[in-house]
Amino acid sequence: MFGKVHNVLALAAIIGLTALLTGCGDTAPEPRVETAKAKAEHCVEPTDVMRRNHMEFILHERDETMYEGVRSSKHSFKGCINCHVPASDASGKPVNYLTADHHLNPEHFCATCHAYVGVTLDCFECHSDNPEGAAPSDSTHAALNGGADHE
Amino acid sequence: MNNTNNIDAYRRKFLMGVAGTATAITIAPGLLLRQAGAKAPGDEISNKNRWGMLIDIDRLPNGGQTVVDACQQEHGWGHEEESNDKQKAQWVRTVHVKEKLTGHEFDLPVMCQHCETAPCADVCPTGASFRRKDGVVLVNKHICIGCRYCMMACPYKARSLVHEALFDQKPHSPRGKGTVESCTMCVHRIDKGQLPACVEASNGAIIFGDLNDENSEISQALKAKGGKQIRADLGLNTGVRYQGI
Repeated sequence: MFGKVHNVLALAAIIGLTALLTGCGDTAPEPRVETAKAKAEHCVEPTDVMRRNHMEFILHERDETMYEGVRSSKHSFKGCINCHVPASDASGKPVNYLTADHHLNPEHFCATCHAYVGVTLDCFECHSDNPEGAAPSDSTHAALNGGADHE
Repeated sequence: MNNTNNIDAYRRKFLMGVAGTATAITIAPGLLLRQAGAKAPGDEISNKNRWGMLIDIDRLPNGGQTVVDACQQEHGWGHEEESNDKQKAQWVRTVHVKEKLTGHEFDLPVMCQHCETAPCADVCPTGASFRRKDGVVLVNKHICIGCRYCMMACPYKARSLVHEALFDQKPHSPRGKGTVESCTMCVHRIDKGQLPACVEASNGAIIFGDLNDENSEISQALKAKGGKQIRADLGLNTGVRYQGI
């Protein structure tokens, strides 16, 4: 008798948990690492460290480069982009961090998570969002200067 | 505790310095010369160097327009679609000069003169305009608020403000709306031991080098033939000098 109740409870718990996990899978995006995986075996730091601290690394490197002229650190911003952003998508166009209608483009490695958590991504207002040697993007970006503020 | 650490660090540095000097003497004197000039990408800059340029305007190809084009190509400025001609970025321009008395005419390229006592850095309210230890005057765009005091202070009109959102910047030359910019003496290149883009395009008319090193090509050329500063009366001790003006 008790066994049956336990079984039913366990079953309910499993169904509930599965539903919860499926729900998470639908909303929280996974950053796309295929591009980087094809170029290097592993990142400059373990994944969990990068997820939590990437902004600290970039900030530290930023001041060292700006004031001390150090340009070889493994935490280089250009290095992130070169490895993680593909030179072009399947149709041969560059992958920009904004879409033509000024929203963060979830196809861009950085924008995937930043769009989900709603954290501004202003690095690319000055820095290139594409790897070195990528093709220039088409004129849709000119729309950035036409009226409405992006984001 | 911090003090102890500092003392340890000092001792270590001193000992390594002694060891380093000993090795340098035993290896070869030639090696030292090379170390004094070029810097590896991972090294910090040093105030032992002061980078400068000597421009011989008589030898400049195409009246200086060639070096302007090279700079534009390297850094991607001047293509701002929404800005009018007065607003467009201009890191370097050619200026036509005519002496009324003699009728003598010439063109010279004018850009940031990398002053020792830079007026732009003096007036900057946030510290974004600064002079690097090696003499290069830069804007730290991360903290620039776009007030343009530096543009008004600069006697050479060397700086521009970006008036519009940009895209497709060069990966080695970040530029963005609301920040001031000017000639960087191609720090991204000289930090790796390469020459600035204009010097490469100048066909030998521009000499780049260390003004502090009396054996460098630029110091030797200055010693032999001299080099003028523009607006020398301001006493800014510029890093960019001219011959033939």
